Amino acid sequence: MRGCSRQRLIWQKGYCEDRLPLAQFSLTRCRGQDGGTRVECRRVVAMAERRGPCGIGGFGPAGSTGGARAGSSLATGAELEARARSFGGPANSRWLRLGAMEELDGEPTVTLIPGVNSSKKQMCFDWGPGEMLVCETSFNKKEKSETVPGCPFIYIIRKDVDVYSQILRKLFNESHGIFVGLQRIEEELTGKSRKAHHFIFCRLVRVSKNYRSVIRACMEEMHQVAIAAKDPACSCQFSSQVSILSAMELIWNLCEILFIEVAPAGPLLLHLLDWVRLHVCEVDNLLADVLGSENPRKHESFWKLVTILVLQGRLDEARQMLSKEADSSPTSAGMCRILGDLMRTMPVLSPGTTQTLTELELKWQHWHEECERHLQDGTFASSPHLESLCKIMLGDEAALLEQKELLNNWYHFLVTRLLYSHPTVKPIDLHFYAQSSLDLFLGGESSPEPLDNILMAAFEFDIHQVIKECSIALSNWWFVAHLTDLLDHCKLLQSHNLYFGSNMREFLLLEYASGLFAHHSLWQLGVDYFDYCPELGRVSLELHIERIPLSTEQKALKVLRICEQRQMTEQVRSICKILAMKAVRNNRLGSALSWSIRAKDAAFATLVSDRFLRDYCERGCFSDLDLIDNLGPAMMLSDRLTFLGKYREFHRLYGEKRFVDAASLLLSLMTSQIAPRSFWMTLLTDALPLLEQKQVIFSAEQTYELMRCLEDLTSGRPVHGEPDAQRLQDDDIETTKVEMLRLALARNLARAIIKEGSLEGS
Amino acid sequence: MFVAHSIAADHKDLIHDVSFDFHGRRMATCSSDQSVKVWDKSESGDWHCTASWKTHSGSVWRVTWAHPEFGQVLASCSFDRTAAVWEEIVGESNDKLRGQSHWVKRTTLVDSRTSVTDVKFAPKHMGLMLATCSADGIVRIYEAPDVMNLSQWSLQHEISCKLSCSCISWNPSSISMESLEAWEREKRCSSRAHSPMIAVGSDDSSPNAMAKVQIFEYNENTRKYAKAETLMTVTDPVHDISFAPNLGRSFHILAIATKDVRIFTLKPVRKELSSSGGPTKFEIHIVAQFDNHNSQVWRVSWNITGTVLASSGDDGCVRLWKANYMDNWKCTGILKGNGSPVNGSSQQGNSNPSLGSNIPNLQNSLNGSSVGRKHS
Repeated sequence: MRGCSRQRLIWQKGYCEDRLPLAQFSLTRCRGQDGGTRVECRRVVAMAERRGPCGIGGFGPAGSTGGARAGSSLATGAELEARARSFGGPANSRWLRLGAMEELDGEPTVTLIPGVNSSKKQMCFDWGPGEMLVCETSFNKKEKSETVPGCPFIYIIRKDVDVYSQILRKLFNESHGIFVGLQRIEEELTGKSRKAHHFIFCRLVRVSKNYRSVIRACMEEMHQVAIAAKDPACSCQFSSQVSILSAMELIWNLCEILFIEVAPAGPLLLHLLDWVRLHVCEVDNLLADVLGSENPRKHESFWKLVTILVLQGRLDEARQMLSKEADSSPTSAGMCRILGDLMRTMPVLSPGTTQTLTELELKWQHWHEECERHLQDGTFASSPHLESLCKIMLGDEAALLEQKELLNNWYHFLVTRLLYSHPTVKPIDLHFYAQSSLDLFLGGESSPEPLDNILMAAFEFDIHQVIKECSIALSNWWFVAHLTDLLDHCKLLQSHNLYFGSNMREFLLLEYASGLFAHHSLWQLGVDYFDYCPELGRVSLELHIERIPLSTEQKALKVLRICEQRQMTEQVRSICKILAMKAVRNNRLGSALSWSIRAKDAAFATLVSDRFLRDYCERGCFSDLDLIDNLGPAMMLSDRLTFLGKYREFHRLYGEKRFVDAASLLLSLMTSQIAPRSFWMTLLTDALPLLEQKQVIFSAEQTYELMRCLEDLTSGRPVHGEPDAQRLQDDDIETTKVEMLRLALARNLARAIIKEGSLEGS
Repeated sequence: MFVAHSIAADHKDLIHDVSFDFHGRRMATCSSDQSVKVWDKSESGDWHCTASWKTHSGSVWRVTWAHPEFGQVLASCSFDRTAAVWEEIVGESNDKLRGQSHWVKRTTLVDSRTSVTDVKFAPKHMGLMLATCSADGIVRIYEAPDVMNLSQWSLQHEISCKLSCSCISWNPSSISMESLEAWEREKRCSSRAHSPMIAVGSDDSSPNAMAKVQIFEYNENTRKYAKAETLMTVTDPVHDISFAPNLGRSFHILAIATKDVRIFTLKPVRKELSSSGGPTKFEIHIVAQFDNHNSQVWRVSWNITGTVLASSGDDGCVRLWKANYMDNWKCTGILKGNGSPVNGSSQQGNSNPSLGSNIPNLQNSLNGSSVGRKHS
């Protein structure tokens, strides 16, 4: 209920007009807020099974100051509530989740079309493979249109702007490799033992870090470009992308700590500290600045720097700074030494030691009391700076909130607060501290922004909410698709009773991949994403790949190879057919023939073969001899193609002066009915020179066959009605040809009979 | 979504239809100025008009591309009671030098006695076929038996719909035998391969007129189209209709533009249960109905994967509808006129990333981010 009202407010504020880029979430802006009204806790996701092994009783240390104590009592309440909910069973929690999701489907994005007046006209449109066409029209006016001139433009609308960014392209390219590697982890491990479990865990963490370093690299490049950009508007755009990438990395990093590494109490805080240090890093510049100055102690930002170092828990560095102060100011030297000692002795969890959490807590408690005592005793009373530092180290909320400017944001406040008051915080309790930190930090002066909500959802271990809010807030699908896929590989979506868990992964991957397909070269990456979508990946790929423009032969071959590797027979056929048709239209018969053979399109092969034969009849020679001579078994695709191949073979035999073979092939083309009747006259004419050779080539029997063919052809001819001049002339030539043939056949028959008779006689 | 290009259309009257070709590299526009224009996308991504010619003696309502397997072919339909088929000629003339292409009329289909309101090419696996519908209530299906000779079209079927027709949609489902077998194995499909199927909508507004959407299916035995279904619930005038590409589903999805946007699913009923030999019967469900356009909806159309439906209505907006991973349909995007007159150049490229323009406070967020630091 409370989550609901809060969300609504934000969506209505920001999303009615357009999807806000994350930049506007303002990573660093600090605003006041009201804590009082936010008493209820947000929905709690029971993560009992994921609780760290070191989960020990007792919540936060006793003896903290007023604010913190109030917090503790609330925390206990929250934990109880969490337990109560987890007893509610999965059905109950699913219901809760679904309710939340409905409400979170963001408002539709609005794209403004310049010049179109939506109050007077309508728009007609059409979908393309990656773009949309939009144009002003008027549907209700039939025939006569009004004289008011409308918008004379046609608009091309694209979906995903980021796909067209040069620098982000690198992000897409490099993350593609990581993605494919991740998909193969399980393939590699099938058949291996249970020992593989830890191995997978390490791999998943590494994959997550790899994704993040790609984001970082991209961010750095974008930053360089932003600095170099001459045009301020341009620079501004790049800078905004930097902040979006930065926010992505921030979110991803937190998800990595909470969901993938599943850091238990103790290490959890160390991870969170690293997280804050990584993302609030202006301190490094400041540090260099101060240390580089002539007299660091006199530097105007000296105390600011020391405070930031303490806030970030970088106590060694803070101590060094203090020693500089001690060296040069004898009056405060003693105080500095005492505070420095407190810094040095603060118990921290050191990885790799056998120290238990209980031991650590005891030591920490002791240390905390010592700090408290110094404060009570007024040890630092004469130095407001040192006293303030001491209060920070006691986790005094009021003192921390005085440093809002230096903390930058509520999650830094959260981590510092945890460091100095609840260093062994358990994952399950995080959400409570996070919520109260947010409330305290904003102080009622402003409401949380999308980034705050995303981080808060993560602290609540509500993975689904994180993904949901990210997909609404971010302008591209890269982030949610990859993060969701990774979390799915961590088996997190299933364990959370999301019955649509794998659907969600696939849904987001499909969105991302189809966005890539809108781009003239990135589509090749999209192929692999589709491959790893078991439900709809294949059919989506089929629909997308056949739309790739086949602008060059190279590109066509690339597309074909992808289809052939995946046995997409229909797409292969269609692409070859398109290319064959294109070649025919441009009169490139050889290319047309080879494409139609590849398409196994018999009808089209027949058509192209006819063109070849027609060209031969007109010009007396064949083009594309190489192709026709090497048809091989492909010749069987269509009768006409077989004929073309065989007819060409006849010419070759004739050219090689193998007249007997040539003659019997020629005859068989007619008697086997492979040759189309329309072509018989040409074949018979081709027989003429063979008949006229000195030696007898056609046997008597063959000659009879030839004669029968000729008579078949001439007797079957229709009698023409009124012959025109042209036809008369044609007929004349035809008649002469037939007479010549008859004569030649008769002479050959005579010679053949004599030859065969004399051979038999001898 | 963002506007990537704007192109001065240069039509002398209202544009009625815009149409992308199969690959999205060409487009065609038609207008009340009786002409059709063809536009080509250059390597650099700019659009150029490569042909513009008078096609009809009345307003041209629709223009559509045939599948590229059949070459470069367009069909148009008009108030002048005809539909026409156009083919691009690959010229060796100096047209090419001027970047112009040449289109010739291959046929005029003159069977209608009233305005031809829609023309659609059939799915390519049926060969080169097209359907027209007209105000006289007749759907006509033509076929070019020889794909190399587009001047011969034969009228194959005349389907009388009894109501003035405004729109038609072929069911794009092409089920190869392979995938059909897979379906049968998984028991996901209950019918045989889908026969050719066409849906017809009527914008007849007379008060006694009844259901406005009819679905016809081709019967192999009778070799005729027979009515398979009538959507009884759609009684208001229908302006557009569109089958979704089938993503391997065991049912069809049909979108209808009437006084609202409606999305229906049609699931074939098992053959043995229905009378054998007759047309397929369907279980029809309405899965979404949206009145966000406030009044009449004029166009509905699916993206190439059939996952997003776009609709255009009297509110002057194009709205995009998408089902999320829980099969809930939602409006995910709106294209809306900003109402202000256009100025500036005719071709506005947008190659820069335009994310989050006009964002203040950037330096601030930059300071807070960790550019220049090593990864942990």
